[in-house]
Amino acid sequence: MRFKTATSPHILRETGVGQVMRRVLYAMAPGIAALAWFFGWGVLVNLTLATVVALVAETLMLAARGKPLALHLGDCSAVVTAWLLAAALPSLAPWWLTALGVAFAIVVAKHLYGGLGYNPFNPAMVGYVVLLISFPREMSTWPIPHGVGQAHVLGLPETLEIVFGGAGRLVADGLTGATPLDVLRTQLGLGLTVTEIRNSPVFGIVSGSGWEWAALGFLAGGLWLVYIRAADWRIPAGMLGGLAAIATVFYLVDPQRYAPPWFHVWSGAAIFGAFFIATDPVTASTTPRGRLIYGAGIGVLVYVIRAFGGYPDGVAFAVLLMNIAAPTIDLYTQPRVFGARGR
Amino acid sequence: MSVLFPFHGGLKTVRHKIESNQGSILAGPLPRQLTVPLRQHIGAIAKPLVQAGDRVLKGQMIGQADGYISAAVHAPSSGMVTAVESRPVPHPSGLPDACVIIDTDGEERWIERQAVDYRRLHSSEVRGALRNAGVVGLGGAVFPSAVKLNPGGHDKPLDTLILNGAECEPWITCDDRLMRERAAGIVAGLHVMVHLLEPREVLIGIEDDKPDAAAAMTAACAGTGYQVRVVPTRYPSGSVKQLVHLLTGKEIPFDGLPADIGVQCFNVATAHAVHRAIDFGEPVLSRVVTVTGQVAQPGNVEVLLGTPFAALVELCGGYRDGVERLIMGGPMMGFALHDDGVPVTKATNCILAAGAEALPPEQPPMPCIRCGACVEVCPANLLPQQLYWHARAKEFDKAQDYHLFSCIECGCCSTVCPSHIPLVQFYRYAKNEIWAQEKEKQKAELARQRHQARLERLEREQKEREAKLRQKTPPRPVPAAKALEVDQLPIEAAVARARPERGAAPVDEPQPSVAVTADGAERDG
Repeated sequence: MRFKTATSPHILRETGVGQVMRRVLYAMAPGIAALAWFFGWGVLVNLTLATVVALVAETLMLAARGKPLALHLGDCSAVVTAWLLAAALPSLAPWWLTALGVAFAIVVAKHLYGGLGYNPFNPAMVGYVVLLISFPREMSTWPIPHGVGQAHVLGLPETLEIVFGGAGRLVADGLTGATPLDVLRTQLGLGLTVTEIRNSPVFGIVSGSGWEWAALGFLAGGLWLVYIRAADWRIPAGMLGGLAAIATVFYLVDPQRYAPPWFHVWSGAAIFGAFFIATDPVTASTTPRGRLIYGAGIGVLVYVIRAFGGYPDGVAFAVLLMNIAAPTIDLYTQPRVFGARGR
Repeated sequence: MSVLFPFHGGLKTVRHKIESNQGSILAGPLPRQLTVPLRQHIGAIAKPLVQAGDRVLKGQMIGQADGYISAAVHAPSSGMVTAVESRPVPHPSGLPDACVIIDTDGEERWIERQAVDYRRLHSSEVRGALRNAGVVGLGGAVFPSAVKLNPGGHDKPLDTLILNGAECEPWITCDDRLMRERAAGIVAGLHVMVHLLEPREVLIGIEDDKPDAAAAMTAACAGTGYQVRVVPTRYPSGSVKQLVHLLTGKEIPFDGLPADIGVQCFNVATAHAVHRAIDFGEPVLSRVVTVTGQVAQPGNVEVLLGTPFAALVELCGGYRDGVERLIMGGPMMGFALHDDGVPVTKATNCILAAGAEALPPEQPPMPCIRCGACVEVCPANLLPQQLYWHARAKEFDKAQDYHLFSCIECGCCSTVCPSHIPLVQFYRYAKNEIWAQEKEKQKAELARQRHQARLERLEREQKEREAKLRQKTPPRPVPAAKALEVDQLPIEAAVARARPERGAAPVDEPQPSVAVTADGAERDG
């Protein structure tokens, strides 16, 4: 009797890239729900719009590159990119901003750099940075979170009107305000102390009101990802540890000029970035020690940008800078091979 | 409880032990014809001692160990040798190899068997007896045991002798059954090993999914000082490097041997074979094979070497529906066979008729997303994703920088890869390419050396001729003419080459010129 042959191992786990990516999407759910609660329908409109644009761009690029569509669309990587970017955009961003960012992320940052597995930079963060540099005003126009001030809650029709019609009404109605990190930054520049600044209503229990609940949501999802080993704990641990460490040093030097470490860790995109952005395996370091260093580098850079740079938050830039460094980190952090002498 | 030293990585795999480990070891069939490969071990192929038409007895040596690293091969049953020729053997390459074909007579007539009094004899004689009995590692590596049982070969005294009963591969249960049923025999073989190696301690490693085997071995070891260590079920704890680390905390150097760190490791079945060879004078004629998967009655069978797989499967009730691959060994490291006509050898620990239960559906490979799942499970602590990257790009020197040759091909990385990349296949490919390149290099080096030697020889011969010439004509002290004559040689050679058919080239000394002519022609070619 004759049989077909194949090489060992003959057993394979049935987990696939698609499953890994879908788990990331599930893990984002609590954070996104919190964002939607505090910033309204716009968050979900962004998400939907980004998903559609990403799938269209992905399909076109796969077709152009002659890749099997079903197999690669099924891996859900484009949807993950779309969600990561959408969650980072202002919730009432005009439609073209979202579409442009997502299209750039998929077409240029992902496919033109070689496609899934080959892109050196985190596509979502490339898209974000392109928008941040090109459209700084639109990118910093965040609505005031639910529960702060007098802002009334926008319904879905109003949201759609703003997103697809224009942001004029948004600003005119006084629906937008500075983000907590913005406030901190500008008022520190005016010579106020951290204690004085923190009396502002935009701040909540730990960091920005509203924002801090979204951070909690992303933390919950992120910890789940780590628990099921879909993300390596070393990257978020390294990033939040690095951020906390440098923030602690400056906080101890002058607590009135530098915000406390817990504020930094819980503010802006730190938690979201640590568990969802920095953990993108394609663009991160791959060695166990390297991942700690890679994460710590992002954490330190985020702090440097926030405290001394030109932007209120710096996760996107920090991630891209460390993306460049990842191959070098890998080279110098190879684990000691079993049975290697010395070293 | 004794301390264990867990190794990095590894996997909790599916087990599938229950299918075949319930019944006791069955006696195998006596097939009409046995196909006994002369190469059933690592090292030089055995030299055949019989030819077609010879009558052989059960246990008669039919292939002699050829060199230090080699092992003898015996007739598994009595009968008539009908051929000594190349036949298909179970090997990943699918290439045939030299076999002795024996038509059995059904009488099972033995040679005269004689026990070896190993306590009286010199250890080299004991090892010689093992070599002549064809004892090799029966865990699958089939390395000649006599070589490993020579303590004089290593400058380090032996600290630990390890008996490997881990049996970490899914589906396989032959060692499990052997330990349960023949623990006393295993320990008797262990006594011989201990006598030869004089280790300070003896440890027996058994995975914790075999409590009955561990209990049987513990009972058999009572009063001997040998210690049974139950280790967690984690593939590949049965790999020598991992088991040694697990039990002793020592790492075998990646370019070294267990003996370098004062450890030696044998499979439990090997110990049993030593026992049969020494205490009963029985060479290795059979082994226990697990037959499992899509067969009607999975179980363990003591099979004569040379029995075709098909006969063994038939004994186990034949195939059930849905056999997709026939695997020799386990699903992690075993290899798939084209055909079930190949014979059982000393390396055959398991025949797995793999169906859907053993083989999840194949999925198309995706690009590597550098998730590092492979890094986490690699027991050699390698960076499989980097090895893959470089192997794929044919950057073999880089792959070696990442310690390609420390890879034990355990398959953990391929198993967990979410992109379903056949990683191990890439490493095998890279290793083969590097070996091929090495061989090319060696060939080129050899050719260079030969060329160099030839040039030197020619020069030497020429000088000798000159010396002879000088001796022949001592009364003619004409150095100038002599020099001229020598200078002319190439010219004469050219003339001779140009007109060889005339055969009347005016040459004083035909012999040297012929030599030069031949050289010239050779060089031109």
